[in-house]
Amino acid sequence: MSTSIAPARSSVPALAVSLRGVSRSFAAETRGERPKLVLRDIDLEIAPGEIVSLIGPSGSGKSTLLRQVSGLDAPDTGDIRIDGTPLLGIDQRSAIAFQEPRLLPWRTIERNVELGLPRGTARAAGRSRVSELLRLVQLSDAGRLRPRQVSGGMAQRASLARALARGPGVLVLDEPFGALDALTRLTMQDLLLDIHAAEPATILIVTHDVDEAIYLSDRVVLLGEDPNAADGSGSTIRRIISVPGARPRDRADATLALLRAELLDGLGVSSHHHKPAPLQTTVRFDTF
Amino acid sequence: MPGTNEGVAEGSNTEPSASLYQTVSQFGYSAAGTALATPQRGPRRPRWLSVLLGALLPIALVVAWQVISASGLVPAYRLPTPISVWQAAIDLAQRGLLFTDIGISTQRVLLGFAFGAIAGLIVGSVIGLSRWASLVLSPTLGGFRAVPSLAWVPLLILYLGINEDSKVILITIGAFFPVFTTLYLGLRHVDRNLVEAARAFGLNGIRLLTTVQLPAVVPALFSGLRLALAQSWLFLVAAELIASSMGLGFLLIDSQNNGRVDRMLLTIVLLALLGKTTDALLGLAERWLGKRWR
Ligand SMILES: Nc1ncnc2c1ncn2[C@@H]1O[C@H](COP(=O)(O)OP(=O)(O)OP(=O)(O)O)[C@@H](O)[C@H]1O
Ligand SMILES: [Mg+2]
Repeated sequence: MSTSIAPARSSVPALAVSLRGVSRSFAAETRGERPKLVLRDIDLEIAPGEIVSLIGPSGSGKSTLLRQVSGLDAPDTGDIRIDGTPLLGIDQRSAIAFQEPRLLPWRTIERNVELGLPRGTARAAGRSRVSELLRLVQLSDAGRLRPRQVSGGMAQRASLARALARGPGVLVLDEPFGALDALTRLTMQDLLLDIHAAEPATILIVTHDVDEAIYLSDRVVLLGEDPNAADGSGSTIRRIISVPGARPRDRADATLALLRAELLDGLGVSSHHHKPAPLQTTVRFDTF
Repeated sequence: MPGTNEGVAEGSNTEPSASLYQTVSQFGYSAAGTALATPQRGPRRPRWLSVLLGALLPIALVVAWQVISASGLVPAYRLPTPISVWQAAIDLAQRGLLFTDIGISTQRVLLGFAFGAIAGLIVGSVIGLSRWASLVLSPTLGGFRAVPSLAWVPLLILYLGINEDSKVILITIGAFFPVFTTLYLGLRHVDRNLVEAARAFGLNGIRLLTTVQLPAVVPALFSGLRLALAQSWLFLVAAELIASSMGLGFLLIDSQNNGRVDRMLLTIVLLALLGKTTDALLGLAERWLGKRWR
């Protein structure tokens, strides 16, 4: 697939993201109970242009962490910086694709993607960028449809295109390929890497798919509660694994199999170290 | 309410088939989850057919009416024939009374409805969007809403006298609350996820309002407007029955005093026609706005 994508008018260069001592808890539903600590002491430095995957069991606070990074929610303690400047609310240098597509039901797919364009984009330039993005996410024929007329996976790709439309310095993706079939998923992974090569951005991506994490990222961050700590102690970074080799990686690379086993281990999934598991099997831990 | 749903079926048949749909809640939409849609109905019905089907029952009613009154089953002084009602209409029109009554009643309804709807739009938006305004104003407005609107009549007549003002204001009160209530509730139920997504892409203030919040409440708003219109006609008749010297309500009470059942029936038919016509106009406005805005 060609990625001759016209750069966004105000395309931001990739920016560093820094999290220091980030914690977030939520007030308990019932009175008298302690607040629920979700994230505890998260320290993470992401270099400009780096791709970092975030994996962890369901409910471990991955989406919550992404909301902190995109400024939709503020941590109780700690600070978050983009390109060295502290985050104050929603930051236009970053763009997010939510776990759900969140498209406006009364707008066409095309006009939903348009919403992601940076403020002040000229009409013609905006239109050509939108149609280019729709072509890249294979939705050219669906541009005129409403969200309720497209499948869940199509809506998810539209939501990805909307985030890409911004040409952000930091791209925050919450399970962007979760609703896609295996083949489309691989295509979209390659698309993301192509766009990353053409328009470098710092990418923070949540996934449940270990193979996807290894294939896409420079580093994989494992989020989860310390099994030895008391219940409700909040998720921390359990492990950070650097993926060796440059992209594009060979999906069948045997050296990555060890990494895969290590990650599955970290997630508490028995991976049978002695006989390497087949690489193409996708494991979704939230079903375990 | 009669006639509210016509035209809905037509618009939805042009969609291609897709297996997953997003849920549409009563007040606006939800971005969350996908759900199976209601099954598609058969091929599109031509317009003339739906007009014909809709006209079937009224025609049958008139025929039955004619048969019953002409056969003497019910005496003519209780149920005059449709033809004599028609003649009463011509008679009134020739005396120049019919169109003055229709005109003045329509004017009262349109004025009262417009004032009430605009006030409802403004107050509903403010209270629906601002927590502070809601905290300060909601209880008071709730109290006023609890007063049956006709209870205002004696006060209005005392303060304003028996004139246009008191009638239009009564209708304004009747039209205000449905618009206010539906808009206010609609705005409070706009999917927070959608609002958050739009804010994440840099929308706020007026742009957020016109991009997400108002389009999301268009369906709720129009059901409020239609309720308000029906209320307006209701309060018109009430106001005119109580104190007036012109208008359809006056025609009713006057005919009652003179024992003119044909004119009473005529007024009922006229009210039905006027109510249905104005409601249909609102329906057209809704469709037009739906196309432009969304
Ligand atoms: N606004 C909120 N109020 C209260 N609790 C919240 C809120 N947002 C998140 N939580 C809690 O924080 C925890 C982590 O939620 P989060 O959505 O971040 O998980 P996740 O890792 O993204 O899970 P998944 O993989 O299932 O998407 C959950 O227990 C959730 O109940
Ligand atoms: Mg999540």
